[in-house]
Amino acid sequence: MVQVVMSGNHASSYAAKLARVQVIAAYPITPQTTIVEKLATFVASGELPAQYIKVESEHSALQACIGAAALGARTFTATSSQGLLLMHELLHWASGARAPIVMGVVNRAVAPPWSLGTDHTDTMSQRDTGWIQFYAESNQEVLDTTLIAYRLAEDPDVRLPVMVAEDAFYLSHTVEPVDVPSQDDVDRFLPPLARAFAVRPGETQRYGSFVGPELYMEFRYQVAKAMKRAAHVRPQVEEEYRRITGRHHGGSLAAYRVDDADAVLITMGTASTTARSVVDTLRARGKKIGLAKLRLFRPFPVDKVCELAATVGRIGVMDRCYTYGAAGPAYAEVVAALFGGLHRPIVRNFIAGLGGRDVTPEAIEEMYESLLKDRGPEVEWVGLKRRKGVTTHG
Amino acid sequence: MTSYETEEDLPDAPIASEPTDSIKTASWRTFRPVIKLEKCTKCNVCWKFCPDVAIEINEEGWPVVLLDYCKGCGICAEECKPLAIEMVKEEG
Repeated sequence: MVQVVMSGNHASSYAAKLARVQVIAAYPITPQTTIVEKLATFVASGELPAQYIKVESEHSALQACIGAAALGARTFTATSSQGLLLMHELLHWASGARAPIVMGVVNRAVAPPWSLGTDHTDTMSQRDTGWIQFYAESNQEVLDTTLIAYRLAEDPDVRLPVMVAEDAFYLSHTVEPVDVPSQDDVDRFLPPLARAFAVRPGETQRYGSFVGPELYMEFRYQVAKAMKRAAHVRPQVEEEYRRITGRHHGGSLAAYRVDDADAVLITMGTASTTARSVVDTLRARGKKIGLAKLRLFRPFPVDKVCELAATVGRIGVMDRCYTYGAAGPAYAEVVAALFGGLHRPIVRNFIAGLGGRDVTPEAIEEMYESLLKDRGPEVEWVGLKRRKGVTTHG
Repeated sequence: MTSYETEEDLPDAPIASEPTDSIKTASWRTFRPVIKLEKCTKCNVCWKFCPDVAIEINEEGWPVVLLDYCKGCGICAEECKPLAIEMVKEEG
């Protein structure tokens, strides 16, 4: 193990290199570009003996990965925002074809208006594509989660693609010390893919081709089952990673000071670091509050959300995304998870940090204060600039 | 044709080792083309126009409709210059 100062993007590149990826197909897009740029350097220097396929679009990048994965290659690609949206059709294809691709996604706002800032709309609108989705809080977490993603994606009981999301600029272009595991440790954790996955060279086969209504549902059900199994396999994989590297990032919903809390805020990605410091500040002032970092969005950790609800009367969910005509997507998931459960805390939604807007300690403090009030709007846009000074809707 | 009955029978991925022509795609046809060979001039226009490649030319040069794939669209009958193809309603 060595410690290297690197950006979140380079943490993603180093993880792919340590995973000994065999095929990389990518198309550049800000703020993702430096991930695949670094990988191109590794391939050019001979440090990483992989096929680097330059393609004409993100759509083609993912298609190339699906083809390579079908032949049993370990594949990697990375994208952001509009690039991920262009991949949408192939995202469905990858999970339906059971291609265990790992993709780094740098969360960036979707146009218009054009923006480079972080925002979770790009990945959250891929919720239904059958990909496992992790959201990272630190550069270390990007590296570790990308390696974990390969073990999970390739598990014979899972065989589903995984995206590892990191916040634009806060992680992608900010450097911090990252513990880089040794190649030997990674090799022990992540053995090579043993065999061709689906397609056998030399044989004529149809991959993902026509099926009639008599069996289409059954194929879809298999993907559904695999996603359920992923929820069971993930903790084992993360435990194994902890055993080898000593690191664990708190599972699907990482709780912080929730034990006697009156109110808990659920955050994703880098907002969690800020929120943790706000929890310490407000705790010092006697407020009983806590934090739960949602690391895994698919499969959604219904059980962990219900566990949290058993001890907490008020839950706030911060979304860096909004589903028009409804609410924030993480909020909607949390509410849906709780509806069938025994405990029904008050749940409120805070929309914040869209398009790279800073989620400051003051903004998070405002969320806690609002959450601790008896009444409040279901959905609140925090820090929204309005003449009336009112930040509610719906 | 391999027959899978339940989801447990399915392969690990949507993969098949036989060509798509094992899937018979004509079950919903309501009219079938019937070729009257006495009027046919072996011009092959029906073979060229069939959008589903459901007409074959046999060894003697006569067109033969592949009823496992023909969906009864009637394009062959429409295009046939000597009016040698009649669309006949399927029974039942």
